[in-house]
Amino acid sequence: MAVCVAVIAKENYPLYIRSTPTENELKFHYMVHTSLDVVDEKVSAMGKALVDQRELYLGLLYPTEDYKVYGYVTNSKVKFVMVVDSSNTALRDNEIRSMFRKLHNSYTDVMCNPFYNPGDRIQSRAFDTMVTSMMIQVC
Amino acid sequence: TARIAPGTATAAAGSVADLLRASQLPPETLHQIRELCGAKRVGYFGPTQFYIALKLIAAAQSGLPVRIESIKCELPLPRFVMSKNDGEMRFGNPAELHGAKVQVPYLTTEKNSFKRMDDEDKQETQSPTMSPLASPPSSPPHYQRVPLSHGYSKLRSGTEQMHPAPYEARQPLVQSEGPSSGGPGTKPLRHQASLIRSFSVERELQDSNSSYPDEPWRITEEQREYYVNQFLSLQPDPSSFISGSVAKNFFTKSKLSIPELSYIWELSDVDCDGALTLSEFCAAFHLIVARKNGYPLPESLPPTLQPEYLQAAFPKPKRECALFDSYSESLPTNQQPRDLNWMEKTSVKDMADFPVPTQDVTDDDKQASKSTINEALPKDMSEDPATPKDSNSLKARPRSRSYSSTSIEEAMKRGEDPPTPPPRPQKTHSRASSLDLNKVFQPSVPATKSGLLPPPPALPPRPCPSQSEQASEAEVLPQLSRAPSQAAEGSPAKKDIPYSQPPSKPIRRKFRPENQATENQESSTTVSGPASVATVKPHPTVQKQSSKQKKAIQTAIRKNKEANAVLARLNSELQQQLKEVHQERIALENQLEQLRPVTVL
Repeated sequence: MAVCVAVIAKENYPLYIRSTPTENELKFHYMVHTSLDVVDEKVSAMGKALVDQRELYLGLLYPTEDYKVYGYVTNSKVKFVMVVDSSNTALRDNEIRSMFRKLHNSYTDVMCNPFYNPGDRIQSRAFDTMVTSMMIQVC
Repeated sequence: TARIAPGTATAAAGSVADLLRASQLPPETLHQIRELCGAKRVGYFGPTQFYIALKLIAAAQSGLPVRIESIKCELPLPRFVMSKNDGEMRFGNPAELHGAKVQVPYLTTEKNSFKRMDDEDKQETQSPTMSPLASPPSSPPHYQRVPLSHGYSKLRSGTEQMHPAPYEARQPLVQSEGPSSGGPGTKPLRHQASLIRSFSVERELQDSNSSYPDEPWRITEEQREYYVNQFLSLQPDPSSFISGSVAKNFFTKSKLSIPELSYIWELSDVDCDGALTLSEFCAAFHLIVARKNGYPLPESLPPTLQPEYLQAAFPKPKRECALFDSYSESLPTNQQPRDLNWMEKTSVKDMADFPVPTQDVTDDDKQASKSTINEALPKDMSEDPATPKDSNSLKARPRSRSYSSTSIEEAMKRGEDPPTPPPRPQKTHSRASSLDLNKVFQPSVPATKSGLLPPPPALPPRPCPSQSEQASEAEVLPQLSRAPSQAAEGSPAKKDIPYSQPPSKPIRRKFRPENQATENQESSTTVSGPASVATVKPHPTVQKQSSKQKKAIQTAIRKNKEANAVLARLNSELQQQLKEVHQERIALENQLEQLRPVTVL
C-alpha cells in the first residue's frame, strides 16, 4: 500500500503528487524530491537501453527507517515515485511492479486526452481514482 | 430486481423492506407477505419472490386477505408511498385507499420498458405499477412491465430526488386518472402513461433538457442527427475516428473550461485511444450540451451514453419518436428564454454567422433554402476544407436545420470562432476558393435568409476594403512620410493579387487600383469610402446588408478586422517594395548624373 505517489516530469517538477493525509505531506514531498537524485543516478548508470520494461522499473531507490521509496521511469523521462510503508513487509517486488504498470497505463490514458497538455498538472479523475485505489488497498 | 440488486438477481433486503414499508401496510401484513412470497424460505428476494410480494401487497391494499389464492384474481395495482425517508409523503394516500392508482410512470410501450430500466433517479419516480400477475410467468406484456416496476422500486427506495411538491401536484392528476384507468389492461396503462407523461412535461420542475422527465443523459433523435452531422463535418466517414486534435479544436469552441472538456473527454473516450468514434463523439457532444445547460457532469458515463448503447439504440429511431414529441415540444419553450440570454451575451458578430438558428428554428422556408445552401456547401467544403470560416458556416447550416434548441446553443457557442481575423489573410491569398464560394452564394443570397448573407458577402468586399483600406492606409502612410509610395501602392497591390488569382480577377483588380489611385489623390478615403468605391459586384450585396442594421454592423466589423489583418501583411510587403522603388530611384538618379556631364560636355 503506497503512502505517497508522485509523478515527476522530465524537467523534475511534479505533475502529480499525493500522499495519504495522515502525516505531514511536506515530508513526503521532500522524500520524493531527494529520491530524484537517486533516480537520475540509476538512469545514467543504466545507459541507453531503456526500452525494456525491466529497465523502466528502477526498484528500491533507498530505504529509510520508516519508508521505502521505489522508482520507475518512462521512455519520455517521466518518473513515477512511490513511497511505501516499511512495515508493509508483505509488499513484494512484483506487486510494486504491477502498481507501477497501472500507474503507467493510467498516465498514458491521461496523455491520450487531447485536452491535456504535456507538462500540465494531472487533473484526471480517472487517474485520481486509480491512485486512490492504490493507496488504500491493504496489502 | 436487476435494478435493486444488479448482478445478483436478488433484491437487497433493505430496499425491499423499504418498498414493503412504503406500501403502508401494517407490519404484520408485511410479515405475512414476506413469508408467503418465500423470501424466508430461500433467504433472499429473487424475482419470483419479489413479484409475489408485490402482488400480495396489492391484494392487501385492496383489502383482500394475504393469501396465495388472493393473488390469483385480478388486482388493482399496489400503492406505494414515495419517499426517500419512509413515511414522508402520505399526502393523499388515505383518500386513495379506495383504489386510485398512485402513479403510472411512463409505461408507454414495451419497447420503452428496457429503456426505463436504465433511467436514473429523477423527479417522477413514483410507485411502480404492478399489473396483476397471475404468476410470474404471466402474459408477456405484463411481464415486461414487471422489470420496469422493479426498476422503479429501486429508484424509489434509493432515490434522492423525491419532491413532495410534484408528488402533490401529481396526486390530483393521478386520481383523475385512476378511475379512468379501470382494469389493469395494457392499454389503459399506456394511456395513463402517455397522459401522465404529457402532464409531467408541462411541469416546471422538469429539467427542460430531459427527454423524458427524468433523463438528461438520453440523446434524442434530433440531437443524434445533429451530432452525426457535426461528426460528418469533421470526419466524412462515419465509421472512422475523429482524431484528438480535431476533436479538441471542435470542442474548445464550446467555451467550456479546459478541465471540464478534459473531464468530458475522459468520460466519453471509453477505449482511451485518443480518438472518438461516432458514438463516443455523440456522447461527448451530449455531455457538452448538458454541461452548457447547467447540468453537473456525472461521475461516470451514464449508461445511455455508452457507445454500445448508442450504437444499439439508434438503429431504431422510430420507436422513440412518440416520446420525443413531448420532449421536442417542451424543449423550444424552455430553451427560448435561455437562448435569448445567450443572444444577449454573445457578441453581435457571433450572431452574424448564426442568427438563423435562433430566429428561424421554426421557419420552414428558411430551412428549405438553407438545405439548398447546405447542398451547395459541401462542394465548397471539398474545395476549401481548410478554411475555418467555411467550416463554421457549414456547421451553421446543418445546425439551422435541426429543430432542437441545442442547435441554438451550439450556434451560440461556435459563434465566437468564425470572425477571427487570422483566417482572413488566407482568404485573400486563396482567392480562387473564395471566388467559388462567392459564385455559389451570390445566386442564392437573394433567396436565403439574412443569416446566410454575412458570410458570402463578406468575401467579395474583402478585396475591395483591402484596396480601399490601402487607400486609407495610404493616408496614414504620408504621415509616416511615405507619400511617394502611394502611387506605388496601387501597382504592387495590383501585382500581388493577380499572382494568386484566376485570370478574371486581375482585370477587376486593375479597375480597383485605378479607383484607389484616384481616391488617394483625392484623399477622400473614409470607412464609407469602400462602400462608395466598391465595384459593382460587391455593391449590391453591401446594399442588401445595409438594409439590416445588425448585419451591416457585423460585416463592417468583420471587414475592418479583415482589413486590419490584410493591411498588416500588405504593409510589410509594401515597405519592401518601397525600398526597392527607392533603390531603383537612386539607381536612376545615379545614371542620370552620370549621363548629364556627358551630355553637357
